[in-house]
Amino acid sequence: MKKGIAAILAASTIFGAATATADESAELTVNGEIDIVTKTAAPAHLSDVLDEVMSGWRFRSDQTQEMQMDDFDNPGMLGVENGAEIWATVDGSEGKSCADCHGEPEEMAGVKAVYPKWNAQAGKVFTLQMQANDCRTNRMGAEAWGTDKGPAIDVEALLASVSRGMPVNVAIDGPGHETWKLGKELYYTRTGQLELSCANCHEDNYGNMIRADHLSQGQINGFPTYRLKNTKLNGVQSRFKGCVRDTRAQTYKPGSDEFVALEMYVASRGNGLSVEGPSVRN
Amino acid sequence: MKRTTISLCTLLIAGLGAAQAETVVPTAVAFEEGAVAQSLTGVAGDPVEGAKVVSTKSQGNCVACHEITDLADIPFHGEVGPMLDGAGDRWSEAELRGILVDAKMTFDESMMPSFYKTEGFIRLGKAYTGKAHEGDVEPLLSAQQIEDVVAYLMTLKD
Ligand code: HEC
Ligand code: HEC
Ligand code: HEC
Repeated sequence: MKKGIAAILAASTIFGAATATADESAELTVNGEIDIVTKTAAPAHLSDVLDEVMSGWRFRSDQTQEMQMDDFDNPGMLGVENGAEIWATVDGSEGKSCADCHGEPEEMAGVKAVYPKWNAQAGKVFTLQMQANDCRTNRMGAEAWGTDKGPAIDVEALLASVSRGMPVNVAIDGPGHETWKLGKELYYTRTGQLELSCANCHEDNYGNMIRADHLSQGQINGFPTYRLKNTKLNGVQSRFKGCVRDTRAQTYKPGSDEFVALEMYVASRGNGLSVEGPSVRN
Repeated sequence: MKRTTISLCTLLIAGLGAAQAETVVPTAVAFEEGAVAQSLTGVAGDPVEGAKVVSTKSQGNCVACHEITDLADIPFHGEVGPMLDGAGDRWSEAELRGILVDAKMTFDESMMPSFYKTEGFIRLGKAYTGKAHEGDVEPLLSAQQIEDVVAYLMTLKD
C-alpha cells in the first residue's frame, strides 16, 4: 500500500518535471489526419524581428500536447459540440438559425483563417465574434452575445475546428491597415508598473522560463484554447486581459476597440501557421 | 541575559537611526552613470531579509527572471535575466542599488522592472487587479527593502 503511494508520488514528480521541458521539435497531426503547421517562416511583416513563428502548442508539456492529437482527448471539443447545437438552433425574432443561411458548419471552412478582417458595410474590422453578432442582431433579430462568453466561444470553436490545418491568412493592408497599426502599437507598448510589453515576453523571451511558465510566442492560431488551469474554453481577448493585468496595468476590456486591434495584429503575426483551435493549453 | 540586553539596545539604536535618517523618496534618488551611491535609508541592509524579498512572489520576485544558486531550495527560477551568482563581485554596492532602483538607468530599455520608481507609467493598474490605480503610487519595493536586497546581492560572491 505504502509502496503504491510512493510510486504515484514518484510518477507525479516526473509529470511535474515534464511541464518544464516541452518538446519544441514535436509535430502535430490531429486524429491521425489533419496536419497542423506549428512552426513556419515568419510572415514578411515580422522578418526584422523573427525568423520563425511557432504555435503555443510547441511549448507545452508532452501530456498537454498529446491531448490535442485526438478529438476524443481534447476537452475543447465539448465546446465545439455545443457550438454545433447552437449553430442549428433557431433564435431571435426572425425565426432563423445560423444553419438556415450558412448550411453545414463545414461550409464555413476557411472563414476563421482570415479573421479579424475588414467589414465594408460596418466600416470597421470585425473579429469572428463580432461577425456572428452582426448576423444575430441584423439578420436574426437576436441579442448579441457577450465577447468571449459561452455561446460566442463555443461557436467560434466550431468555426475554428472546421478550418483546422488551413493557414492563418489575415490581411494587413487595405482599409483595415489603420486598425492593424494600432494593434501593433499596443503590442510594443510597455504597460503597468512592471513596464512590460507583449513583445518583452513573447518576442524577446519565448522559449525562456519566467518563474514556472515556459514562454511561448503568444500566438493565437490555437484559439479558442481549452486551459487545464481554468478547465474551460478561453477567448483571445480574455487571454490578453490576463497578460496585461500581469504587468500591473489597467487592462482594456474584451470587445474594446483596442483589443479588437490587438487581436488583428497578433493574429497576423501567426500568418502561415495552421488554424488549430480548439487547442489545449495549461 | 547580557546578550538580550545588548541586542535590545542595538534594536533601539537601529530604530532611532531609522527614524532620524531621511528616507530618500523615489523622485529624489540621485544617479551617477546608473549607480546610486547614497543609501536610501541610512540603515544598513539586512541580507537575510533581502533574500526573502528576492524569492517572494508578492515582493521582489527576482527569481521569476533570475537564477540564483544560493536560493536553489526555492522552486522555479526564471531565465529571462542573467544568473545572479557572483553579482556582488561584478558590481559595487552603488551600482547594485542603481540597478534595483531603476535598471533602465544602467541597461538601456531593460526588461527589468524599476523597483523604486513612482512616475511615468502607462495605464498604471491597482496591483494585479486589472483596475485603474488611484491615489498615491507606492514603489514596487520600499526603500529599506531595496537596501536589504542590495545587502543580499553583495553576499553573492564567486
Ligand atoms: C438571415 C441570414 C443569416 C443568418 C441567420 C446568419 N447569417 Fe451569417 N452571414 C449572412 C450573410 C448574408 C453574410 C455575409 C455574406 C457572407 O459572407 O456570406 C454572413 C456572414 C457571416 C460570416 C462571415 C463569413 C465570411 O466569409 O467572412 C460568419 C462567420 C457568419 N455569418 C456567422 C454566422 C453565425 C455564427 C450565425 C448564427 C449565430 C449566422 N451567421 C447567422 C447571413 C446570415
Ligand atoms: C510578463 C510576461 C508577459 C507579458 C508582458 C505578456 N504575456 Fe502573454 N503570456 C505570458 C505567459 C507566462 C503565458 C503562458 C505561457 C505561454 O503560452 O507563453 C502567456 C500566454 C499568452 C497567450 C496564449 C498562447 C497560447 O498558445 O495559448 C497569448 C495569446 C498571449 N500570452 C498574448 C499576449 C499579449 C497580446 C500580450 C500583450 C498585451 C502579452 N501576452 C503579454 C506572459 C506574458
Ligand atoms: C521581468 C524580468 C526581471 C525581473 C523581475 C528582475 N530582473 Fe534583474 N535583470 C533582468 C534582465 C533582462 C537583466 C539584464 C540587463 C539587461 O540587459 O536588461 C537584469 C539584470 C540584473 C542585474 C545585473 C546582472 C548581472 O550582471 O549580475 C542584477 C544585479 C539584477 N538584475 C537584479 C535583480 C533583482 C535583485 C531583482 C528583484 C528585486 C530583479 N533583478 C528582477 C530582468 C529582470
